[in-house]
Amino acid sequence: MSGELMVQDHPLDGLLRADRLPHIWCPGCGLGSIMSCLTSAITESGTDLNQHAIVSGIGCTGRVAGYLKLDSFHTTHGRAIPFAIGLKLAKPELVVTVFSGDGDLFSIGGNHFLHAARRNIDINVICVNNFNYGMTGGQCGPTTPTGARTTTTPFGNSEPAFNLPHLAASLGAVYVARWTSLHVRQVHHSMLNAIRKPGFTFIEVISPCPVGFGKSNEIGEGLDEMRMYRTNSVVDPDADLANAGIDMQRDSPIVLGDFVDIERPVFAPSGVDRG
Amino acid sequence: MVTAEAEPRVLTGQHFMNGDIAFAEGALAAGCTFFAGYPITPSTEVAERLSRRLPKLGGVYVQMEDELASIAAVLGGSWSGAKAMTATSGPGFTLMMENFGLGVMTETPCVIIDVQRGGPSTGLPTLVSQADVMQAKWGSHGDYEPIAFAPASPQEMFDLAISAFNAAERFRMPVFVMADELVGHMTERVTIPSEDRVSIVNRKRVPAGSEDRLFYAADEDLVPPMPIAGEGHAFHVTGLTHDERGYPAGDPLVHDRLVRRLTHKVQIHEKELTQVEELMTEDAEVVVVAYGAMSRSARQAVMVARERGIKAGMFRPITLWPFPFRKLRGLANQVNRFVVAEMNLGQIAREVERHLRRPATWVTHAGGKMIPPEEVLLALQETAR
Ligand SMILES: Cc1ncc(C[n+]2csc(CCOP(=O)(O)OP(=O)(O)O)c2C)c(N)n1
Ligand code: SF4
Ligand SMILES: [Mg+2]
Repeated sequence: MSGELMVQDHPLDGLLRADRLPHIWCPGCGLGSIMSCLTSAITESGTDLNQHAIVSGIGCTGRVAGYLKLDSFHTTHGRAIPFAIGLKLAKPELVVTVFSGDGDLFSIGGNHFLHAARRNIDINVICVNNFNYGMTGGQCGPTTPTGARTTTTPFGNSEPAFNLPHLAASLGAVYVARWTSLHVRQVHHSMLNAIRKPGFTFIEVISPCPVGFGKSNEIGEGLDEMRMYRTNSVVDPDADLANAGIDMQRDSPIVLGDFVDIERPVFAPSGVDRG
Repeated sequence: MVTAEAEPRVLTGQHFMNGDIAFAEGALAAGCTFFAGYPITPSTEVAERLSRRLPKLGGVYVQMEDELASIAAVLGGSWSGAKAMTATSGPGFTLMMENFGLGVMTETPCVIIDVQRGGPSTGLPTLVSQADVMQAKWGSHGDYEPIAFAPASPQEMFDLAISAFNAAERFRMPVFVMADELVGHMTERVTIPSEDRVSIVNRKRVPAGSEDRLFYAADEDLVPPMPIAGEGHAFHVTGLTHDERGYPAGDPLVHDRLVRRLTHKVQIHEKELTQVEELMTEDAEVVVVAYGAMSRSARQAVMVARERGIKAGMFRPITLWPFPFRKLRGLANQVNRFVVAEMNLGQIAREVERHLRRPATWVTHAGGKMIPPEEVLLALQETAR
């Protein structure tokens, strides 16, 4: 054996709070790998780690803030975006990323999303969409597909679901992407783009929640859902977003891609020229 | 784009201004650099003033989509190091209760002024009341010990804006100013001191480069130094019950210790925090307790009562929370008879009776108008008898 020791630090160790692991997420949950995409994107971006702030709302996804060794804020249900706006406006040099769930960002926090996108505030929003309220035990939410069974839709969900990239694009988000937790390279790449892009960026990451959604909807375990992502995914950056909703039916496509990348004036808090 | 003209942060001099504007100027004098809010009568003039002033001073003014967002942005701004505030009235105050609690739990300095109008609900949008004072005490869920001031004039709107920011910074928590429509909208002389005469308190900060990771370990004054975003601390902040590292902890012991510290840090500084005005109480036989705009009517009633030979006085809590009960009890050693006059149906009256352990005479009105001095006078006469 050569004298060289082959022990190396895991490249992402520096960005995780080792003293908080293991995390609380269930086996088969997609959250861990999506969080790793963010740490790798932040690392690769070459940006100063001290300038990153992560803001989460409440939910399983909302716990991400607590695992990242960055300035991190676990706020209240739905309020991650306005909290992030305060951080960013008071200290524009910060790179502020909101990482939260579908219920948090689009039900209780929906109004904040609308206005932050409209204003084109320079923050990144990452939504992990698992089609339900995972943390509270699998209730129906604003992205639950029509017909889906959840603990509060025992007869099937009678409501239509949000189509998030379509929504974000219609509001003027300057960067919009959707991937699944299977597409780690693409998620990483989109996150990297978002970090580098000035203005309001939005990434939806479809993710298995076997406990709250997969099992009750004949999808099965986390791995089964990942298989479904592989077979049903259609990568189409030019997709007509109006028709890119997701119903999670066995034979329905899951349309993915980097859909939007445009320029728009970034929000500045006042019209005063301080020069 | 407008070009920034040289404009002083502290408008030293004599002015005639309304209470809302005086508050905005007081906030600037205290070092406020960040405002997020949502328009609501009768607080809007605070926002309007700051929308003109802050940008010229290099600060941030932002109008948010609602009050839920406004207070959330204020908390975020504070973690970026800004002295941050918002201004609202009853309906917005209700919406802010959610993240007021986050501010208490995460120990985030900021100032919230509630220019009170008649409630419940939309109530009397343009007319005075004092009916949110108990909401300030109990409106957010869980145990907490608030700090709240009650200005009685435009001058006090200016002065207490500074007290509020100083208390927020000193104790690391959201601080309320419970103003009312009358004080907000009345125009009076306001004296603004020179900048060097304004005493300013800044939060204790975790020094940049510090290796200490116990971000929620408090000093002897029960207040932990605060890290600021972007300075390399990689700190965590959560509204969940947390340990001294700031990490979530579901342990009842940790919870009890934390919540007790958060309340004790205010309680042990009660003396430092409580401001009161006592008017002719030295030889008083009957004392009216009144605060905010209502104290102006009570003051007149006391004057007339004195002319009529009644030994009346006034006890005016300037700090409403923590309630200045020690000072009130001190007064009760010498005075037996108390009247409480307020523009609600008896919120502080209950507090007064609780501390005195005896009934007081209530002079109340649900709001919409100032209770006239004659009514207070009548109560003083009857109670003195
Ligand atoms: C004001 C408020 N209402 C309700 C809750 C309870 N609650 C906690 S998490 C959650 C849903 C989270 O769903 P989502 O954002 O999709 O996150 P997930 O757990 O699925 O990752 C709810 C309703 C709360 N914490 N606060
Ligand atoms: S409940 Fe669902 S979202 Fe939450 S940790 Fe478990 S699998 Fe993940
Ligand atoms: Mg969810």
